[in-house]
Amino acid sequence: MSGIMTLIVLVLAVLTALQLIRIFELSSKARQTAEYEVTDRDNNNQGWLMLLFGIGLIVSLFWMLYEWSPIMLPKPASAHGTEYDDLMTISMIVIITMFVLVQPILFYFAWKYRGSKDRKATYYEHNNRLEFIWTIVPAVVLAVLIIYGMTTWSNVMNPKNEQEPLVIELYAQQFKWTARYAGQDNQLGYANVRLIKDANVIGVDTLDTKGSDDKITTEIHLPVGRPVLFKFRSQDVIHSAYFPHFRAQMNCVPGMTTLFQFTPTVTTAEMRQDAEVQAKVARINQIRTEKGLEAYAYDYLLLCNKICGSAHYNMQMNIVVESEEEYAKWLAEQKTVAETL
Amino acid sequence: MADHAHDHAHDHAHDDHHDHEHHVDNFWTKYVFSIDHKMIAKQFLITGMFMGIIGVFMSMLFRLQLAWPGESFPILETFLGKWAPDGVMDPNMYLALVTIHGTIMVFFVLTAGLSGTFSNLLIPLQVGARDMASGFLNMISYWFFAASSVVMVVSLFVETGPASGGWTVYPPLSALPQAMPGSGAGMTLWLVSMTLFIAGSLIGSLNYIVTVINLRTKGMSMTRLPLTIWAFLVTAILGVLSFPVLLSAALLLVFDRSMGTSFYLSDIMVAGEMLTNQGGSPILFEHLFWFLGHPEVYIILLPALGITSEVIATNSRKPIFGYRAMVGSILAIAFLSFIVWGHHMFVTGMNPFLGSVFTFTTLLIAIPSAVKAFNYITTLWKGNIRFTPAMLFSIGLVSTFVAGGLTGIILGDSALDINVHDTYFVVAHFHIVMGLSAIFGMFAGVYHWFPKMYGRMMNKSMGYLHFWLTFVSAYGVFFPMHFTGLAGLPRRYYSNAEFPIFDELQDINVIITMFAIGGGIAQLIFIFNFFYSMWRGPKAPQNPWKSNTLEWTAPVEHIHGNWPGAIPEVHRWAYDYSKPGHEEDFVPQTTPLKDGEHAH
Repeated sequence: MSGIMTLIVLVLAVLTALQLIRIFELSSKARQTAEYEVTDRDNNNQGWLMLLFGIGLIVSLFWMLYEWSPIMLPKPASAHGTEYDDLMTISMIVIITMFVLVQPILFYFAWKYRGSKDRKATYYEHNNRLEFIWTIVPAVVLAVLIIYGMTTWSNVMNPKNEQEPLVIELYAQQFKWTARYAGQDNQLGYANVRLIKDANVIGVDTLDTKGSDDKITTEIHLPVGRPVLFKFRSQDVIHSAYFPHFRAQMNCVPGMTTLFQFTPTVTTAEMRQDAEVQAKVARINQIRTEKGLEAYAYDYLLLCNKICGSAHYNMQMNIVVESEEEYAKWLAEQKTVAETL
Repeated sequence: MADHAHDHAHDHAHDDHHDHEHHVDNFWTKYVFSIDHKMIAKQFLITGMFMGIIGVFMSMLFRLQLAWPGESFPILETFLGKWAPDGVMDPNMYLALVTIHGTIMVFFVLTAGLSGTFSNLLIPLQVGARDMASGFLNMISYWFFAASSVVMVVSLFVETGPASGGWTVYPPLSALPQAMPGSGAGMTLWLVSMTLFIAGSLIGSLNYIVTVINLRTKGMSMTRLPLTIWAFLVTAILGVLSFPVLLSAALLLVFDRSMGTSFYLSDIMVAGEMLTNQGGSPILFEHLFWFLGHPEVYIILLPALGITSEVIATNSRKPIFGYRAMVGSILAIAFLSFIVWGHHMFVTGMNPFLGSVFTFTTLLIAIPSAVKAFNYITTLWKGNIRFTPAMLFSIGLVSTFVAGGLTGIILGDSALDINVHDTYFVVAHFHIVMGLSAIFGMFAGVYHWFPKMYGRMMNKSMGYLHFWLTFVSAYGVFFPMHFTGLAGLPRRYYSNAEFPIFDELQDINVIITMFAIGGGIAQLIFIFNFFYSMWRGPKAPQNPWKSNTLEWTAPVEHIHGNWPGAIPEVHRWAYDYSKPGHEEDFVPQTTPLKDGEHAH
């Protein structure tokens, strides 16, 4: 049945096209001027469309900024996240300003200088001073952004620690995350994919005494206010540990260990009390109720952000930020490597 | 009417050129194994368009999945067969579609289709040469490209599916058939196809460079070259310097896949199997890939900018503003493009100091880019703008170049990249700045030089309709993606329904898909216009746009050797539009300087 329908649609499409061709040919014959020649009327129409588009572009930009800003990520939950957001805001202000200055000029000129047979363009081939200005001004603005950006980058990547960071290994594989806490000594035992055997699923070296107190978990709990140093490994392909709520990301590369450190500053419970987050959750739950899905409560998440295979889109882990006591209690419940193997 | 005069001139040329054809072409030597640059240009264009249709169609399929994840669309089963049982797309097929969409658009459409078409068509015609330096190598270059296209299309039909590891094919994912089905035979064919592609591209580029350097006509000094030629020349140099690096990266990947070497592999356990590979690093591949990958962005963009320079000047009836600055900025962009590749790798764990260096070099590119954008806008100022469809697309290009370039300031900053890396913000950025800009440049080129290619005119009204539908839907597709990206949505996700936090973004996804489907369908207008005009369009006059460059002094009818009689001599630059002291608002490059007239 669908085959016949497709055939009929195809035949009709071809017939329509043939008719259209006839109409075009007849109408272009009927017209005096050559169809391709641009008339003053065309210039006028297109010029006005350009102006309209320019206005529409700016209006829709502000509409989107207004309408969609609530659905952006909520406030950062890490110490460097605030610095990140400040840099982002300033950079955004710079580029939106440039956008709002340059685009209207482009479309305004397109409209203003729309052609006419009675006019001649002005022969104006160059102006060194003008060109100098628009080389130097962007250079200065960029210099400021570069210096600001580099300072932030350096603060994020080389944090100064007032207390020893908590060491956690994040182990990626198709398509799940596993965490390993460094235990009492805060030192991870040696591990390598080659040592994977039976229950030793992430290849911890059982002969390394530093590793016997390590704890392997399927969820990350972090004490608020304490720096955490993540060490990333991968078992198979490149993954990327993406913590959008903490403004953090680092690839997990097989054959090497990568590092990223941040300090969580807001507990999950506090975040759930935040007015903005509550409004967000309410909106999400309204959508979910309409679709008949279970209700959602706000959680920090770890996502995979480097294409890693068929279930890449669903490689996630829950992150809980809590008080030092809650964290200690949770960690005590977890078994050590020595106990499990 | 000047046009009639030109028609007349053209008739004479037409009479003359018959004595000039030295040999008779049969079907095979004329249309298939042609060594004439004009025919080869058309071959590149048609092949590029064919691949473009596939690439755009794929994007419409995966946009369906993204807007309505998990819903059944019979059309998906029609086209994807077993990869969309009951009309629901398989996640592996989703990844295959985004991978092949990227590969086809970046390499087959916007590298070969754009550069191959217009470098071939315009280099000999605009520098005043009879043909390319080597017509034979030029033919070989096309046939390598054609073969690579065939292999790429064939790879869509293998049992385990086409390559699916993203167009960047990072190992180990792309190296290990156990990691995903697409890394089996599909990936092998991908590598074969790309190897052929690179070989063809290198042969072509060398030919372009030699032709521009050696075969310029009398009077055509480097500073009198149209900006198109400058762009094609620099593009070819970029290709020659960077594509071999991708070739070596691909060869090492072939070794890793098939011969047990470990260039990119170390300590891997996949699908329950412990591999013996040790000592390699996937990061090495990323360095090699992006050493091509970033210049590749400019290999795509520069020809489009060159075409735009020409189209904007011609249709504003004004000289391009700041010719020397335009040439200088092309050179500056090209140089910088080789020292910025690390900005694709800020979060790979490379030394943070390197991150700072790459941030610095990357943001520097904004300076020559800003110069180009401002110079285009100043060219419009006090012009007498004639809105041909080509002109509309060129203005569209300036708009997208500015819009996409600005977000590059965010992504090029290592500190900011941390949280938007690999999100839809990146997808929005590169589609606008290089995807849209380049495709607009390509459309501008086709509309502008169609009369030169086929001797007929394209339909103007259909061109207008095509432009506005394309322009509106292009922004409609990619502008909202900035917002989903800032909301933390990663790219290459088959569905974001697994994360309740992204539920709010679904409406935006639907909007994007609507525009994508609308914009895709709008391309049918172009395809119809193209083929209809090829056979039934009105006959082109010799110089339909009243342009200064040399190609419009050649007869409409294509002949071997381009010009009957002597090659024209050049006396001035290409941009004497509306020059005071001349009656017409254009002065072809072949017009001698008047007494006391200042060359530009």
